[in-house]
Amino acid sequence: MNRILEKQVLSDVTKLMVVEAPLIARKAQAGQFVIVRISERSERIPLTIADFDREAGTITLIFQQVGKSTEEMATLEVGDHFATVVGPLGRPTEIERYGTVVCVGGGVGIAPIYPIARALKEAGNTVISIIGARTRAYLFWEDRMRAVSDELIICTDDGSYGRKALVTEPLKELLETRGNEIARVWAIGPTIMMKFVSLTTKPFNVPTIVSLNTIMVDGTGMCGGCRVELTSGQRFVCVDGPEFDGHQVNWDNLLARVQFYREQERLALEHWRHKCRLEEVVAQEEARTSVATGR
Amino acid sequence: MPKKEIVPKKTPMAEQPPAERIHNFNEVPYGYTPEEAIAEARRCLECKNPRCVEGCPVGIDIPGFLKLIAEGDFQGAANLIHQANALPAITGRVCPQETQCEVVCALCKKYEPVAIGRLERFVADWEAAQGVLPVPPLPPPTGKKVAVVGSGPAGITVAADLAKMGHEVTIFEALHEPGGVLIYGIPEFRLPKEIVRREVDYVRRLGVKIVTDFVVGRTATLEELLQEFDAVFLGTGAGLPWFLNIPGENLSGVYSANEYLTRVNLMKAYLFPEYDTPVARGRRVVTIGGGNVAMDAARTALRMGAEESIIVYRRSREEMPARLEEIHHAEEEGVQFMLLTTPIAFHGDEQGRVKELECLRNELGEPDESGRRRPVAIPGSNFRIPCDLAIIAIGQSPNPLIPTTTPQLKIGKGGVVIVDEKTMKTSIKGVFAGGDVATGGATVILAMGHARIAAKAIDEYLRTGEW
Ligand SMILES: Cc1cc2nc3c(=O)[nH]c(=O)nc-3n(C[C@H](O)[C@H](O)[C@H](O)COP(=O)(O)OP(=O)(O)OC[C@H]3O[C@@H](n4cnc5c(N)ncnc54)[C@H](O)[C@@H]3O)c2cc1C
Ligand code: SF4
Ligand code: FES
Repeated sequence: MNRILEKQVLSDVTKLMVVEAPLIARKAQAGQFVIVRISERSERIPLTIADFDREAGTITLIFQQVGKSTEEMATLEVGDHFATVVGPLGRPTEIERYGTVVCVGGGVGIAPIYPIARALKEAGNTVISIIGARTRAYLFWEDRMRAVSDELIICTDDGSYGRKALVTEPLKELLETRGNEIARVWAIGPTIMMKFVSLTTKPFNVPTIVSLNTIMVDGTGMCGGCRVELTSGQRFVCVDGPEFDGHQVNWDNLLARVQFYREQERLALEHWRHKCRLEEVVAQEEARTSVATGR
Repeated sequence: MPKKEIVPKKTPMAEQPPAERIHNFNEVPYGYTPEEAIAEARRCLECKNPRCVEGCPVGIDIPGFLKLIAEGDFQGAANLIHQANALPAITGRVCPQETQCEVVCALCKKYEPVAIGRLERFVADWEAAQGVLPVPPLPPPTGKKVAVVGSGPAGITVAADLAKMGHEVTIFEALHEPGGVLIYGIPEFRLPKEIVRREVDYVRRLGVKIVTDFVVGRTATLEELLQEFDAVFLGTGAGLPWFLNIPGENLSGVYSANEYLTRVNLMKAYLFPEYDTPVARGRRVVTIGGGNVAMDAARTALRMGAEESIIVYRRSREEMPARLEEIHHAEEEGVQFMLLTTPIAFHGDEQGRVKELECLRNELGEPDESGRRRPVAIPGSNFRIPCDLAIIAIGQSPNPLIPTTTPQLKIGKGGVVIVDEKTMKTSIKGVFAGGDVATGGATVILAMGHARIAAKAIDEYLRTGEW
């Protein structure tokens, strides 16, 4: 269990891992996530289940290297084990036949939007997908997204691929031209993107579901660190979510909360890089002395 | 029998000095030496109708084990305690003796009670120091399988008892380390984790399988467990933290005590960045609440480098539910107490970080349902406490995860699982429950006591099939 069976480099900062987790694969549904720990010293990291294979007993995780933990995770190779993989956590996406739906995935958010788009498609919806990233190198799964979408719009911030735009631009056009057709919007990506998607859909009154990526510890409703403020009250993202009505979220509070540990994260990354460099130096030194002594 | 000479005061127990201990996480009291233990045990009057036994939630033969200690038969004392209490090294440290056995001790009328808790701890530590506790010979396997959900004191006790009866037991634990609150909540300086690991290890040696990283209600439902196991025990505790529902509560730097303590204890944030999990290190830390959880949080904050650690509690000192020893230790360490104070709002800076707690002063009014005098806010008495970290420790209730995924499970007020107190049977055939999940946040000893009752009832159910 917890063994890495496959590793793909989706971009220099985005990695995909297929992990042996039969108990989780058996139960996983679109919209749910797992918590992983790399080793005994690691933090508990929530990651959305980007895909699962019940027969093979595997789940697919995709992550972006944004800090110490994800940098370290990227060094894991096929055959390595996670200390913890627990889940599936959170509530699954409510999949119904809504009519026409839009799925927006930004950056690493393309990974979790994929199983949702697929499930929505399977349920008979007309799926329009918008995926975006900073630059072409950070895009992935275009083929997969195309396979489950009736229409696929691609944007990059720098115009290196697809349209040069933020995902909210084509979304706004869709709402303006086909607003009454669109029954629901899903958006997953950086918090700031989800905020602006929600602001974009708000005037059109189109229900908008976002999948929040808050700070978490246990993932079972025990710590409240993942709490989010909705207009209807406080919720725990790990058990009541991760999906919520984007029009109800207090985005500014959430943005402040997700940045709370930024300074520590920077420290942790520095500390780790320093340690890695030291280890390299020590290894080189050892190699040199062993050559020198003929051992 | 010649009348005993009365020693008015408890034999003192050596402790780490406050100025030193606020810089480390080592245990505060050192425990009795054998000589001290014998001297203390001799203070017992050997009452004919010992009130202390009635005061003990699990009815330990207290005068019995005290007599054995006085005679120097520590192993005998240990064996006697084990008949009623599976976790004496833990309860000796964390039980609220001053409201249980010690408060009713005959000596209390005029003098200090016998230090029953310290002696219980002494016996358990002495036994552990003799080497690894041998596993008793196990009966032939019954072929019956039991799932225990949760590995807190309730879960590990029920698992050990059932294993000793020959049943095949598997514990399912949501977190990555077994022990429940004993591991993630109660800090090292009050309950060394080594002791908890020793108990967990004992359960393993009895043949119990422990599956961590398994969330019942998510990884598998209770119903699914029932297909694979002949009986299920729910010992999932009361892990859902309460919040105050006041403005500003979601500012950064406002933690539930569960989150704060879990980060520091379970995730070892005090060793950051060697360990990855960060925690805010406040300089001025405010903790809201008056129970053990609040004391643990406020004292942990000191050890994490806080210059000031302040407890805000809405009633007066007499009403604080924390163990007396913890309040005393907190005071010695410099924790400040703002009593008769009710928080009404948190205020933050431009970055959304907490910077003040606004409060009202209270006066004591008429007694409420709990018999304690109700705190009544004085209008216009608002004032603000500057702080850069705030910890909410006002209570918790059972986690709703299993109830919400098991509609047939009957739930009572405050989200507790309803049980028959004589058998700990729930509303679902084959499912038992005990500990905090059945009471709401309570004590280790009650959880352990429930587990013992449940183990007997589960055994009977497995043998007879009768519900
Ligand atoms: C900080 C703190 C200090 C305390 N101090 C004292 C004290 O001094 N004295 C005292 O007597 N009591 C104290 N208590 C209370 C005491 O710890 C509890 O009463 C006791 O631990 C309850 O035991 P339990 O076995 O019922 O549950 P817990 O110890 O809460 O254990 C429950 C376990 O179940 C697991 N679990 C929950 N849901 C699931 C699920 N769905 N699937 C799998 N696993 C699950 C949890 O992760 C946890 O490990 C304190 C509590 C806290 C939080
Ligand atoms: S009540 Fe006190 S004096 Fe009497 S038996 Fe118990 S411990 Fe001894
Ligand atoms: S992560 Fe702890 S309650 Fe959600």
